[in-house]
Amino acid sequence: MFFKDSYDVIVVGGGPSGSTAARYAARNGADVLLVEKRQEIGSPVRCGEGVSMEIFKHVDIKPDSSWFVNQVTGARIFGPSGKFILIDAKKAGDEVGAVIERDNFDKYLATEAARAGAEIATKTSVVALNRDGGEITGVRVRRMGEEKDVSAKLVIGADGFESQIARWSGFNTNLKTRDTTSNLQYRMTNLDLDPRFTDFYIGSVAPGGYVWIFPKSREVANVGIGLLLSKIKGPSEAKDYLDAFIENDIRFKNASIMETVSGGVSVSAPLDKVTADRIMLVGDAARMIDPLTGGGISNGVIAGKVCGEVAAEAVKAQDFSDEFLQRYEKGWRELLEEKLYRDYMAKEKLVSLDDVALDKLIEVMSAVRLENLSTKEILTAIRSKYPELVKEFEDLI
Amino acid sequence: MIELNDDKCMHCGACVGACPANAIYLNEVILDFNDDCTDCGLCVRACPVGALSLIRTRGLKVPAVTA
Repeated sequence: MFFKDSYDVIVVGGGPSGSTAARYAARNGADVLLVEKRQEIGSPVRCGEGVSMEIFKHVDIKPDSSWFVNQVTGARIFGPSGKFILIDAKKAGDEVGAVIERDNFDKYLATEAARAGAEIATKTSVVALNRDGGEITGVRVRRMGEEKDVSAKLVIGADGFESQIARWSGFNTNLKTRDTTSNLQYRMTNLDLDPRFTDFYIGSVAPGGYVWIFPKSREVANVGIGLLLSKIKGPSEAKDYLDAFIENDIRFKNASIMETVSGGVSVSAPLDKVTADRIMLVGDAARMIDPLTGGGISNGVIAGKVCGEVAAEAVKAQDFSDEFLQRYEKGWRELLEEKLYRDYMAKEKLVSLDDVALDKLIEVMSAVRLENLSTKEILTAIRSKYPELVKEFEDLI
Repeated sequence: MIELNDDKCMHCGACVGACPANAIYLNEVILDFNDDCTDCGLCVRACPVGALSLIRTRGLKVPAVTA
């Protein structure tokens, strides 16, 4: 095999969270191996490819044209009746962002990790977490038909929605059906769209979720759907609902599908605890996805930086105890936790509303000039016209 | 038991993360089901493209193994 028998830190998963954790651990002096089970970093894409601009404030990432393809000026949220609200990027700030090419973005982040000194192993699966008397000692990997034990003082689980590292190390990552979504997306071409906006369609077109149109250009866009598992009754509903949406929209009449992408996305509150002795979880594996939007890239990268920095500090101190790793727990929660819980509450409310209530919501929000999109301001506006819609949320106002 | 239609499977792992028993493992493009499966059918609903189906086995007579 191409790598050594022993490292300070092994990062499992070469997505944005894993690459960023590997990068900042290596940059700060740790000996790091980044393991990716797929044969190629960034591929196949399993993502809507929308990213908030928040990410650039926290992490040293320079947009380049290979992946930063369309910065939008606003997001439009369409209610069931067709009325929409426009969320202006100037007001909503970093919430409205850009459409990227995830395969190139992931390669860019992995390259930054490699430049910082991390070693990367692709087409390499972690098949077991190794222990000695209960203590994690590394991982067993499989690559091109060979198996090998690689030791590490610290293992970082950045292995996504279906994280095995989390489950093997005893974290309860089980999701309720109301906190899980089933998603399908087509990358479509030969369109004629307004590339200045990302569009979201809520209501019975996508029970418990939404349909999205994220344009990469006037001609090309990701058109996808996410459905809440608790609202799904039978097989293939994500595909059936998306196909029906496309069928009923004249804009897609002459479009063709270049790629089909599917996947599961958690829309839960984050895990109560993402560290244990010799282990840290980051990104989707730690349930850091924004439960309102289903977006995971920014949070994963922001937490990944903290995770990598703490990993390097642990190596310097030669202390890999859960107690030491609380620096990571504290750091990422300071940056992300409040918003994750607030958005979780908002999601819980939104999925309980029917089409009539959602239309009222859109109507109220389009009528008032919201200076900024704070939860408080939105709720206050709704209360003034439809107090029954926000009754159980009085304490948030 | 769960039956996989390989022709539809996107190898995306939506079923893996939805499984409450951790009975599914996705190794690149190979989907493995282990004995922990409880036939709850959540993966069938979670699969975006309908590649999984639940085959009812309850009530079916299993032929006795004869020596």
